[in-house]
Amino acid sequence: MIHITKRKEMPLPQALAIRLLAIALSLVVCGVITAVMTGLNPLDVYGTMIKGAFGTQRKIWILLQEIAILLCVALALTPAFRMKFWNLGGEGQILVGSLASAACMICLGDKVPNALLILLMAVASVAAGAVWAGIPAIFKARWNTNETLFTLMMNYVATQLVAYFVIVWEVPKGSGNIGIINQSTEAGWFPQLFGYKYLLNIILVALLTVAMHVYLTYSKHGYEISVVGESASTARYVGIKVDRVIVRTLLLSGAVCGFAGLLLVGGTSHTLTTTIAGGRGFTAVMVAWLAKFNPAIMAASSFLLVFMGNGAGEISTAYGLNHSFGDILTGIILFFIIGCEFFISYKVHFAKKEGERVV
Amino acid sequence: MAHRVPAVSMRHITKEFAGKVVANRDVSLDIYRGEILALLGENGSGKTTLMNMLSGIYYPDAGEIQIDGKPVNIGSPKDAFDHGIGMIHQHFKLVNVFTAAENIVLGLKEKGRFDLAAASERIRQICDAYGFDVDPNQKVYDMSVSQKQTVEIVKLLYRGAEILILDEPTAVLTPQETDKLFAVLRNMRDDGKAIIIITHKLHEVLDISDRVVVLRKGEYVGEMATAETTAQEMTNMMVGRQVSLNIDRPPVEMDYRMERIRVKNLTVRNHDGVVKLDDVSFTAYTGEILGIAGISGSGQKELLEAIAGLQPVESGSIEYVVDATGPTEEVEQLIGMDPIKIAQMGVVLSFVPEDRLGMGLVASMDLTDNMMLRSFRDGTSPFTDRKAPRHLAELVVDELEVNTPGVSTPVRRLSGGNVQKVLVGREIAAAPTVLLSAYAVRGLDVNSSYLIYDLLNRQKGNGVAVVYVGEDLDVLLELCDRILVLCGGKVSGIVDGRTTTKNEVGMMMTKLGGGEA
Repeated sequence: MIHITKRKEMPLPQALAIRLLAIALSLVVCGVITAVMTGLNPLDVYGTMIKGAFGTQRKIWILLQEIAILLCVALALTPAFRMKFWNLGGEGQILVGSLASAACMICLGDKVPNALLILLMAVASVAAGAVWAGIPAIFKARWNTNETLFTLMMNYVATQLVAYFVIVWEVPKGSGNIGIINQSTEAGWFPQLFGYKYLLNIILVALLTVAMHVYLTYSKHGYEISVVGESASTARYVGIKVDRVIVRTLLLSGAVCGFAGLLLVGGTSHTLTTTIAGGRGFTAVMVAWLAKFNPAIMAASSFLLVFMGNGAGEISTAYGLNHSFGDILTGIILFFIIGCEFFISYKVHFAKKEGERVV
Repeated sequence: MAHRVPAVSMRHITKEFAGKVVANRDVSLDIYRGEILALLGENGSGKTTLMNMLSGIYYPDAGEIQIDGKPVNIGSPKDAFDHGIGMIHQHFKLVNVFTAAENIVLGLKEKGRFDLAAASERIRQICDAYGFDVDPNQKVYDMSVSQKQTVEIVKLLYRGAEILILDEPTAVLTPQETDKLFAVLRNMRDDGKAIIIITHKLHEVLDISDRVVVLRKGEYVGEMATAETTAQEMTNMMVGRQVSLNIDRPPVEMDYRMERIRVKNLTVRNHDGVVKLDDVSFTAYTGEILGIAGISGSGQKELLEAIAGLQPVESGSIEYVVDATGPTEEVEQLIGMDPIKIAQMGVVLSFVPEDRLGMGLVASMDLTDNMMLRSFRDGTSPFTDRKAPRHLAELVVDELEVNTPGVSTPVRRLSGGNVQKVLVGREIAAAPTVLLSAYAVRGLDVNSSYLIYDLLNRQKGNGVAVVYVGEDLDVLLELCDRILVLCGGKVSGIVDGRTTTKNEVGMMMTKLGGGEA
């Protein structure tokens, strides 16, 4: 007979060991599935995945850059999530941020000095993201509308808005693409630090991670966010203006999403498409949840998801497998990682045996 | 009784949590059919844990459970149910959008076509047999707490429960609803059911039970026939030493007494536009405890929240008298102020709300973070200072003997009495001039309750104007200097706590001005 009981707090090393064990187990299961379904040697497949992610210096930079952008979006969602405001509009907020950056690059590219242009891009994209998140926040604060649906719908509006401007600015006419913006002048492109294209993005996000952690854990604002998230009536009881905290926090959340849009346009791709956010607004939800909204752990969960994504791409080209096969492996690994939380919170007893075995 | 086979016999039950905390140690008790057994003990004495093992929520580490003399293995609530054991928890488990009947049949695997009409008919029969007042077609969200509880009981009976466990069933009920519940419990007992009621209220034990078993710190202390014991004896057993059941009421220092809060013609409507307070006027004085009595929902909550700046007011005035000794009286109007503005005016107004974890504290935060709920804004730094709150938390834990692993423990892990100590400790630490409290001892055991009375009396001694909203008339009459009785949002009268009687206050609660109908 099996009994399940809730544990008290588990010591950190033990919890960590369970998580590592879960990852190891997931790799075994993935290996078996790979061998059975494709006939390939799973170790070769894993090797290819690792090579796909770390194989060359260029690949490592791409990996780090991808992690940085995903982490940036996850950091953006975190304050809202801590407040239990389910901002699913990261995608749209990134898009409007990208749109604002691209607009600055296209309209002001040859009119202002580069430093000023980048500054204007930053202000514009941050403001655009903030507005995009601020609208549902104001509705939530004033009329208690459902933020999940509202932020989700704002994504579609943002996509259409970008689609419109892509046609307005398309080069050449009729192509339906903007192409690389300011290819010749490189106006609005982020400077390369020490000759590395993505280094600035990565440093900016690293700083943001620390800043967000400090903001949430040690600032008065962060404390207010936690109180509002836990109980709005407690917040009112101590005189916290709940409406203001909701709007303020979502402005921040949207602003950081907009900032991610800036990094994408100014730092990485130098173009604008309707798919530039690439689903990061949603993947970041998973990153944030996996890390239980802890910024430092989010770096690890972003790494995991990006690594799996890049690795999946690599094995699909190397072995001619469908890209979905990589998704299957990602799914299995996530299943184990999320599933092991059960064993961290609960204890399973097998009764009617000598002594007690704990899994 | 010895010749009868007990319906349930728990033998040498031991249960530990996380290998450290012993919740129950070697507890044995018997429950017979046709009797109501009261399981009495302080908070954390292991009453609920013991019963949870009977209802299949926990599994004992050692010991045996026998049903009708046969050893059984209860591994899940379903196992318990197959043995006819049903438990009613403090938090109800009903689907709000379903009707009573739908909730009652939910999850039952009966053969044949699903027939709600037939189920409703059976429910009516059960209700008639025991005197329940349930409309099978009423939606749960339309029900009062007492009605929901009734649905839970009927649900168990419908499923053929023979052994019923009720975990502090009266904690959420008014005195009238309690009487009704006790009446049906007696009917069920007379029908041959075995009933266990978990409680720490002595007068209820005396009122309803046939036998009482006392637990202390997870261990069985003793049992006796209710008819042969007294409240004093049970208290001593429960606490483990001689305790006085009298509440102190130090005299009011009339020389220093002055007006502090003056409420005039206060009218308040709730969200739905219903008048909750109607033309209420009274004065609270320094150095006195003003009791507020009334049937629950008579406007107590709105009154306190209006004073604390949390409740929009339709008309009237709430004045805070800053200083009445000078030639001209200095007063501040509290209406239209929020808690921050009130604090900025220099008025230190503390409020212990009814909903401790949902309003007074943040359940998931630790003691330190809860201590700074009111003070975190102090200073100009954008960052919080946790040093002072941590000291305060340590002080409160020390002085009020809060039972907690440390100041970094989330308050939701603490028991009810300790949660209340943390809340009251924080509110008193602000050195208030006005202390509002709502149901300050609800759900607390004897020891904690007396500690709270003592704290309130000390505040009174310090010249604080204390407002005590209570439900237990005995306590109100012993503790309060004056008692304001609310009836349907109106002031039914203000009486002297030293000279009034329970009967008089009770009459005023149900009828404006009291008096015979």
